[in-house]
Amino acid sequence: MSTVAETTAKLTPEHDTRPGASVRSRLQDLLPKIVLAPSFAATIVFVYGFILWTIYLSFTNSKTFPSYDITGARAYQRLWRWTFESDPPSSWYTSITNMGIFGFLYILICLALGLFLAILLDQKIRGEGMLRPIYLYPMALSFIVTGVAWKWFLDPGLGLEQTLHQWGWTSFHFDWIKNKDFVIYTVVIAGVWQASGFIMAMFLAGLRGIDGEIMKAAQIDGATTFQLYRRIVIPLLRPVFLSAFIVLAHLAIKSYDLVVALTSGGPGGSAWLPSNFMYEFTFKRNEMAVGSASAVIMLMTLTAIIVPYLYSELREKPR
Amino acid sequence: MLRKLLIGTALATSFAFSAHAADVKEVQMLHWWTSGGEAAALNVLKQDLAKEGYAWKDVPVAGGGGDAAMTALKAMVAAGNYPTASQMLGYTVLDYAAAGVMGDLTETAKKEGWDKSVPAALQKFSVYDGKWVAAPVNVHSVNWLWINKAVMDKIGGTEPKTFDEFIALLDKAKAAGVIPLALGGQNWQEATMFDSVVLSTGGPEFYKKAMNDLDDESLKSDTMKKSFDNLAKLVTYVDPNFSGRDWNLATAMVIKGDALVQVMGDWAKGEFHAANKTPGTDFLCYRFPGTDGTVVYNSDMFGMFNVPDDRKAAQVALATATLSKSFQSAFNVVKGSVPARTDVPDTDFDACGKKGIADLKKANEGGTLFGSLAQGYGAPPAVANAYKDVISKFVHGQIKTSDEAVTELVKAIDDAK
Repeated sequence: MSTVAETTAKLTPEHDTRPGASVRSRLQDLLPKIVLAPSFAATIVFVYGFILWTIYLSFTNSKTFPSYDITGARAYQRLWRWTFESDPPSSWYTSITNMGIFGFLYILICLALGLFLAILLDQKIRGEGMLRPIYLYPMALSFIVTGVAWKWFLDPGLGLEQTLHQWGWTSFHFDWIKNKDFVIYTVVIAGVWQASGFIMAMFLAGLRGIDGEIMKAAQIDGATTFQLYRRIVIPLLRPVFLSAFIVLAHLAIKSYDLVVALTSGGPGGSAWLPSNFMYEFTFKRNEMAVGSASAVIMLMTLTAIIVPYLYSELREKPR
Repeated sequence: MLRKLLIGTALATSFAFSAHAADVKEVQMLHWWTSGGEAAALNVLKQDLAKEGYAWKDVPVAGGGGDAAMTALKAMVAAGNYPTASQMLGYTVLDYAAAGVMGDLTETAKKEGWDKSVPAALQKFSVYDGKWVAAPVNVHSVNWLWINKAVMDKIGGTEPKTFDEFIALLDKAKAAGVIPLALGGQNWQEATMFDSVVLSTGGPEFYKKAMNDLDDESLKSDTMKKSFDNLAKLVTYVDPNFSGRDWNLATAMVIKGDALVQVMGDWAKGEFHAANKTPGTDFLCYRFPGTDGTVVYNSDMFGMFNVPDDRKAAQVALATATLSKSFQSAFNVVKGSVPARTDVPDTDFDACGKKGIADLKKANEGGTLFGSLAQGYGAPPAVANAYKDVISKFVHGQIKTSDEAVTELVKAIDDAK
C-alpha cells in the first residue's frame, strides 16, 4: 500500500511540471475508460443484469407476464422430473439428449474436417485462392438459408431421393429428415456443412504461422509426414483448437434457427434443442418460469464445460 | 435566462401536445393479416373507417407471423405503449384482461346489441368480468372435410355419414391409387384433426367434458382411447412423406387431385378460392363424419386496449365498424370463415359459407358450439400445447399405444394446468 502511495507521490510532481500537459495526460489516461464506459455499462445491464433477472424469474410463478413473487423451485422440479422421462420422451428429455448428440458430433466433425481440409490446402497446391472461398462461403449464409436449402435437399419428395429415383436408382432411400430417430443427424449435417469451412480457415492460418525451420529440422531427422503432423504440427496448433472449440461450442448452443428452418421442430418435436424448448415455453406456452429455468440450466451447463477448459488451457501460458 | 427559456419551451410544447391530443383520428392496429386475401379483406375495414375520417396505421411487426406479433405486443404493453387494438386469439385476450390493460367497450356493445347477436361461446373470450374487451371478427370451424370432387366421382364415393363410412371411402381411394388423406405432419394440424375425431367418436357432450372442461375421468375414459385408435387408423391413410408439411401444401394436394380429402379448418377454403375452384363443382365441403350439428370453432378477435381518453373515440369507431353487418359479411366472404354475429344475411356467401352460417346458428341455439382445443379455444396455451405434444408424439410413434397416449395426455394436462 505504502509503495503505491510513494510511486504516485513521485509521479505526480513530474506530471505537474506543465499545467497544460497535465490536463492532456490526465485526459489521455481517462480516454480509454470514457470510450469503454458505454459498452461496459450496456454489457453489465443487458447481459449480466438480465442473467440475474432470468434467474429471479425462474423462481417465480411467471406465466404470460413476469411476476415478482418468489414461489419456490417448482419450475426446476418439473424440469428435473422431465429429465428422466425417456419413454415416451418428454420434450425436455428430447432437447437435452439432442443437445448432447448435436453438440458432440458437430464440434468433433467440424474440427476433424476443418483440420483435414486445411492440411490438404496447405500442400502448396495450385488454385488455392479459388478453393479457399468455396469452402468458406457457407459461413456467409445465415442459418435460415442453410436450413431451408438443406430442408429441400433432404426432403425425400423433392430433393436427393427424388432426383436419384428419377435417374433410375429407385432403391435409394434417405428419409432421415422425416424420421424421428434420425432427424437430429440432419441438423448435424447442415451445421457441419456451414461451419467446417470457417474452421478450416482458422486452422489454415494456424498452419501458416508454424515456423518452417521446425518442419525442415524434423524432416532432416527422418520424420515421416504422418509423424510430422501427429507429433509437431497438431500440438503446435493447440491455441487454434481452443479458439475453434469456443466458436463451435457457442454456435452449437445457440443453433435455434437452424432447427426451426430445417425441421420446424421435427416429427413430434423430435429435433428440439434446449433453445427451442426455452423459446417455446417462454413465448408460446406462457410458462415463463419454466422457460427461464431451462435457460438457467443451459447457462450452467455451458459454464460447467467451458470454464474448466478455458482454465486448463489459459493457465499454461506463463510457462 | 437559459432556464426561463427552457421552461417556456417546455410549456409551449406541452400546450401544443394537448391541443393536438384532443382529436387523434387514428387507429393503431397490430395484426398479421398481411398476405393476399386477408389483406384485401382487411382493406374493407380500412375504407369503412376512412369514411368516418379515421386514419389507419399498422403497427409494424418484424417477421410477420402470429408469434412475432404476440411477442411485439408483449413488449409494447410492457412499455405502456398500447395499440388501439390488436388481433388476438382466445385466451390471450383473457390473459391481457387479467393483467388489467384492456379497455371497456360495454357501452358500445349495449348500443349495438352485441350481447344478443354474438354467440355466447364467443363472449366467453370477448367479455371479461362483465366488460366487453374485444370485438370478434369471425368464426372459423375446424370439423370440416375438404374433398376433390373429380377424385370423388372417379372412385364413386358418397358423403360419409359415420366414421366407418369415412374409412370405407378412404379405402376406395387407396384402391384407386390416390393418396387418401392429405395431412401435414405438424403438431397443430394433427391435433386439429384429432379435435374432430374426438367429437365424432364421443359426441358433443363428451367433447365438451374432455376438451373444454378437461375432466379427468373423460380424458382417461375408454372413449378417449377409442379416439386415439381412430386417429391411428386415419394416419395409416397418409403418404409416407407427410411429416413437417405445411397445411396449405396439403390443401394443394387435394386441389390438384393427388389426394382425396383433407381434414382442416375452413381457412382451407381460401386456398381453393385462390386456385379458382368453386364449391359443389370442383370441391366438396362436408362436416367431419359424425359431427354434423356441432361446430368446433376458433375465432379471430380484435382486443381493445385501455388507450388514453383522446384515442377512445377512434377505438369505438373501430369496434363498431368491426362488428357491423356489412363488414362482417364482406370480410368473411373473402376469409372463408363465417360472421361472428348470427344475424348477418348469408346472401353473398358460397354454398360452404351458407352451410357454415346455418350450422353456427344451429349450434349456438342448441348449445353445441365448442372451442377447439388444438386452436387454443378449449384451454389456455400451456394446456393446448401440451395436448398438441401428446397427439404429435402419438402420430409419429414416440407414444406407441392408445393406453399410453391416454396416460400421457392426463399427465401432460395436469402438468400444464
